[in-house]
Amino acid sequence: MIRSVLILSCLVTSPAQAGEIWVTNEKDDTVSVISTETLEVIQTYPTGERPRGITFSKDYSRVYICASDSDAVQVMDPNTGEILHDLPSGEDPEQFVLHPNDRHLYIANEDDAITTVVDTETRKVIAQIDVGVEPEGMAVSPDGAIAITTSETTNMAHWIDTETQELFANTLVDSRPRHAEFVAGGTQLWVSSEIGGTITIFDVADQSEIGKISFEVRGVHPDRVQPVGFEFTLDEKTAFVALGPSNHIAVVNAESFEVEDYILVGRRVWHMDFNGDKSQLFTTNGVSGDVTVIDVASRTAIKSIKVGRFPWGAAYRPTE
Amino acid sequence: MGKDLAYSVIAGLMIAAAAQAEVALHVGYLSVYEDLPPTLSNLDPEPADIGIAGAMTGLEDNSTTGRFLGHSYTLTTTILEEGDDPLAAAAALLDETSFVIIDASADDLLAIADLPQAADALLFNAAADDVPLRDDACRANILHTMPSVAMRTDALAQMFLKRRWYDLVMIAGTHPQDTAYADAMRHSLTKFGLELAAEKTWAFDADMRRAAAQEVPLFTQDFGDYDVMVIADELHDFGRYVLYNTWEPRPVAGSEGLTAVTWSPVIEQWGAAQLQSRFEDQNRRDMTGQDYAAWAAMRTLGEAVTRTDAADVDTLRTYILSDAFELAGFKGRPLTYRDWNGQLRQPIALAHPRALVAQAPLEGFLHQTNELDTLGLDRPESDCEAFQ
Repeated sequence: MIRSVLILSCLVTSPAQAGEIWVTNEKDDTVSVISTETLEVIQTYPTGERPRGITFSKDYSRVYICASDSDAVQVMDPNTGEILHDLPSGEDPEQFVLHPNDRHLYIANEDDAITTVVDTETRKVIAQIDVGVEPEGMAVSPDGAIAITTSETTNMAHWIDTETQELFANTLVDSRPRHAEFVAGGTQLWVSSEIGGTITIFDVADQSEIGKISFEVRGVHPDRVQPVGFEFTLDEKTAFVALGPSNHIAVVNAESFEVEDYILVGRRVWHMDFNGDKSQLFTTNGVSGDVTVIDVASRTAIKSIKVGRFPWGAAYRPTE
Repeated sequence: MGKDLAYSVIAGLMIAAAAQAEVALHVGYLSVYEDLPPTLSNLDPEPADIGIAGAMTGLEDNSTTGRFLGHSYTLTTTILEEGDDPLAAAAALLDETSFVIIDASADDLLAIADLPQAADALLFNAAADDVPLRDDACRANILHTMPSVAMRTDALAQMFLKRRWYDLVMIAGTHPQDTAYADAMRHSLTKFGLELAAEKTWAFDADMRRAAAQEVPLFTQDFGDYDVMVIADELHDFGRYVLYNTWEPRPVAGSEGLTAVTWSPVIEQWGAAQLQSRFEDQNRRDMTGQDYAAWAAMRTLGEAVTRTDAADVDTLRTYILSDAFELAGFKGRPLTYRDWNGQLRQPIALAHPRALVAQAPLEGFLHQTNELDTLGLDRPESDCEAFQ
């Protein structure tokens, strides 16, 4: 009875658009491929060591994977799971972002306090930029003019001019910044601070702070409420924020910066991605080794999908 | 050799930061010679640069951050040899800077803190775990990044309670460090409603590398049955020979076996793998608890300078003891200071040499303000008045 209700709600909220969520399993050296239709793992492909960041090329013909302990960004054919080649990435690549030009990957080298810029066509490093200790979060503005690196121990967002590949601003945030995203047409930058327990919002025009979001999960000590990854709905009016070991996703009003809801998911939730029409959200839960599927409209968790050990990153690709 | 390396790094950092340095923080590190009795095993030589290496890693972390803000950091280290006068060395260092990280015994530390030159200084205790330093012997000019022995024994007591290992026995050595550990353990067990069923003192003088297998079963036979054997052997003299040689097949905890430690190479969660590999790359060895305490002292100062844009004692001390301060210390929670005795609040790792078993405070040990205050002297327990 319950099952039939769930299936019905899935049918209602997810239209015919077929797709896949790709999840890197940090401690299994694999990626799990989840069908957004059946909500089941349909493929598991081997990767290099300690896969973390994952993203697709614009036409979805390539998937880039940070194989941190292999010191490489791997380029995989998503149709076959075959590793086509490795890109030079600098040491210990953790996270990256693909520039809107579909060519330049901005890579955070966690052990080296460096951001490496790699041309995916020539497979050459075109710049290395000194940033703070333990660079992690990466973002690029929609117009491609600005790239961001957050450094976890320096506690800053470093603003990179993508024309000159040089820093033009450094802004302090709370402890251990993990993730950054441009929103509102690139006029705002959001940065999450894991240990600080906040998201700081900057005005991109002058890098001034315009807001800060705090979280409070009932029954969980504030120290355990640790924002990491976050994503926005199609209309950008709502943000979903992973709160790490508090095992919750916060639903934030992106206009008032107020938290509207908390959704219980798996243990130590870090990153996430939506399906094609953004009706469903898939979160990676590291400690429980699964992915929680959230129905975006009703803001409820509808399914847990077992993947590999310590799922880390998630990325969507359409399959039709 | 270690000293030379330290200075060359400082020179490099100074050049890098000189271009725009507006705020400069100079920190001293003082290592006082301590004469320790010999131990049965030669397996664990103490690294010559213990503590200093942690301060150096902290210095590099601070300097990388400072580069973007016009803040520069320098470190001078003074390492004393046998016979050197700690007070004269401390006075000389305090003439140079008001910020000194100290590796010394409790007695030496207190004598240094009471020097006239230290009156307006900010000292960091990165080595001494004595409870009185956080209690009635506290000083307003000392902050403690090293956890007290009580924090460590409280962590183990929480573990015993959580696992329902209620039936406990203890073997304690006779060195003052062993006695202090045994006292702290008794206090912790009482605090968490546990007690020792029996205690014995280790007073053998045979070389246990040859005789342990014969002696330990007999020595532990009259304990009868129990859940866990606690070892108070802080110099790591005899405890290692007790494991697997007890009359009853039971786990060992305390100074050996399951230990409660400030830091351990087996900690890799919470981003700790990055700190471990940064440290290991620089020093070609594992990071110890004392290295961690010195690193935390350096990073505390760095964090305070970063957030206040100042480098004077008053501003930094006030900020460090305020609610605004928090240090990301790779232990999964923000670290802050107890404003009643200057102790850095921190989770304590429960580990064996191959893995992290748990991290205290364990789930379910609640506190009205901060769960980390279930470890060590809580506000009502501490007789420290210097911070009022």
